[in-house]
Amino acid sequence: MSASATAGNMPAPKAKVGSMEKQRRMALWASYIALTFFVIIFLIPPFYMIITSLKTSAEISAQAGNPWIVQNPTFDNYWELMTNAAFQRYFINSVWVTAVTVTLSMTIAILAAFSLSRMGFKGSQVLSTGVFLTYLVPPSLLFIPLFQILGWLGLINSTWALVLLFPTLAVPFCTWIMIGYFSSIPKELDEAALIDGASYPQILIQIFIPVALPGIIAATIFAFTVAWGAFLYPLAYLYSADQATLTVGIVRELIKGDVFAWGMIMAACAMAAAPPIIIYTFLMDYYIAGLTAGATKG
Amino acid sequence: MANVSIRKVVKAYEGDVQAVKGIDLEIIDHEFVVLVGPSGCGKSTTLRMIAGLEEITAGEIWIGGDVVNDVPPRDRDIAMVFQNYALYPHMSVFDNMAFGLKLRKFPKEEIKRRVDEAATMLDIQMLLDRKPKALSGGQRQRVAMGRAVVRNPKVFLFDEPLSNLDAKLRVQMRTEIKKLHQLVPTTTVYVTHDQIEAMTLADRVVVMNHGVIEQVGAPQELYHHPATRFVAGFIGSPAMNFLPCQVVDDGGLKVQLADGTKMAIPAARVDRYGPYKGKKMTLGIRPEHMTETHDSEKPGVQIMNAKVDVVEPMGMETLVHHFVDGVAVCSRIDPNVHTGPGEILPLAIDMNNMHLIEDATNRVV
Repeated sequence: MSASATAGNMPAPKAKVGSMEKQRRMALWASYIALTFFVIIFLIPPFYMIITSLKTSAEISAQAGNPWIVQNPTFDNYWELMTNAAFQRYFINSVWVTAVTVTLSMTIAILAAFSLSRMGFKGSQVLSTGVFLTYLVPPSLLFIPLFQILGWLGLINSTWALVLLFPTLAVPFCTWIMIGYFSSIPKELDEAALIDGASYPQILIQIFIPVALPGIIAATIFAFTVAWGAFLYPLAYLYSADQATLTVGIVRELIKGDVFAWGMIMAACAMAAAPPIIIYTFLMDYYIAGLTAGATKG
Repeated sequence: MANVSIRKVVKAYEGDVQAVKGIDLEIIDHEFVVLVGPSGCGKSTTLRMIAGLEEITAGEIWIGGDVVNDVPPRDRDIAMVFQNYALYPHMSVFDNMAFGLKLRKFPKEEIKRRVDEAATMLDIQMLLDRKPKALSGGQRQRVAMGRAVVRNPKVFLFDEPLSNLDAKLRVQMRTEIKKLHQLVPTTTVYVTHDQIEAMTLADRVVVMNHGVIEQVGAPQELYHHPATRFVAGFIGSPAMNFLPCQVVDDGGLKVQLADGTKMAIPAARVDRYGPYKGKKMTLGIRPEHMTETHDSEKPGVQIMNAKVDVVEPMGMETLVHHFVDGVAVCSRIDPNVHTGPGEILPLAIDMNNMHLIEDATNRVV
């Protein structure tokens, strides 16, 4: 009884709740508008890439008509590329360089991060900082000295040059992500495993790797992106067509002097972009979880 | 099953900070020993040195007749239960419990038999397929205990295992740990900062402070015969009351408080306290020995009027806070005695249970 009387006499809280709801609704609307704006901005280039890849050369060069609409969609550009031996070679080169880079980088990064974050040896803190500082050196500053080193090793114009170089770019950041992730695993977990009878390699393989899977996936995606999307190093170190990767091959093969095969360039870009898009789509949640752990605990 | 022997053990960190300052402790086979003390007293460090998780700076640790200073944790044949359970999050309860046995290459049937046996004992059979995140705090702690039990180790080590549980569950799990030790009477070293846990679980309690052992003894012994001022104040809740005093001879040996109040020392203690005449001392008296005046006729009981400051009814007893000679004091009285703030309450002080502490050494005389 008293509760209803109180409610009847005091309408003020109701008004307050209403204003909070209004504020919340306004904030939501503002978020939607801002997000929609950025999504449109970011999606225009890939959208234009895809519609152009579905046009014939005649339609692309035609002055009439709306350039954002495909009049006569065709997969000819895709088909031509897929049956082109050179393009197949670039694709295989990219896959091989990326696969080896990812495997090598992750093996090194996981081992380094485990020893730096868990084995507590003298200087491990300084080394951890050093690993991160290495990541801050821009790759474009390094390509001339690296050219000399690769020349000395006899690896110029060989995909082996990339297999050797890309891990040096990927390992520091991957190690940093993994240090952050491993540090977020309670120390008691490895102590419990030590007492249970596990050796350090067993702790790493049986406890840390399964527990740190989101971090490992995040680092793997990063290493993949470094190798798959690289342009500068393949351009600088690989000059013959049979060694080129996709990024460089597209430019070399499909731009002849001042003639741009736009339809095929766009189709090639769409196909080159497909693997990272597929990987990101399926592993996005892990990627965010892994990066967040690295950012807050590292 | 084994004895554990700690001999002159020191743990020093960089910058010469000594966490453990040369302690000696003999733990006999099947004994349940609790290390208790405030944060930073060195109890956890001691436990971790027994486990092999911390290196020993000096001294020796023996387990079952062997020096284990340089033996890695996995070869010490110990099992440890951690405060945060330390369960492997990606493994089922069964796999968590079986992990140590699998690493030691036990046959599958033997692993299953041991895990089932431990699970039955700890009442977690129905949880064997679950992952740790699907368990409550109490269930997780049971699994952690199960993981220790299946190994059938020489020594169980517990590092504040109940600190993460709520008060009710803590009491329940405390009983379970005691029951477990009765079923599997393995040598156990248990670390806690909670003196009630220490008193209820231990065969012997080791009170540590600032890296040294203050006293080792059975719970009742520690409570009734504390060796130092620290132990007297640490063991017991509410804590013992301390009043600055002097021993004077005024037609019989008496304790004189700073405000001049004199209380006769019981005849049985005159010889013991005589030599401390004129020295700066502290009178220690537990709250239950400063109570309402129903047995004031008993020899050795003194009456003192207290002006009540705060009353805390606890149900089975009532705590009364007041001041004696400017010092805050707590008394434990019958819940049927009605009193309130500002009232004068006559209290009977049972000097037969008094403690006298020498200020110069902080030792109970």
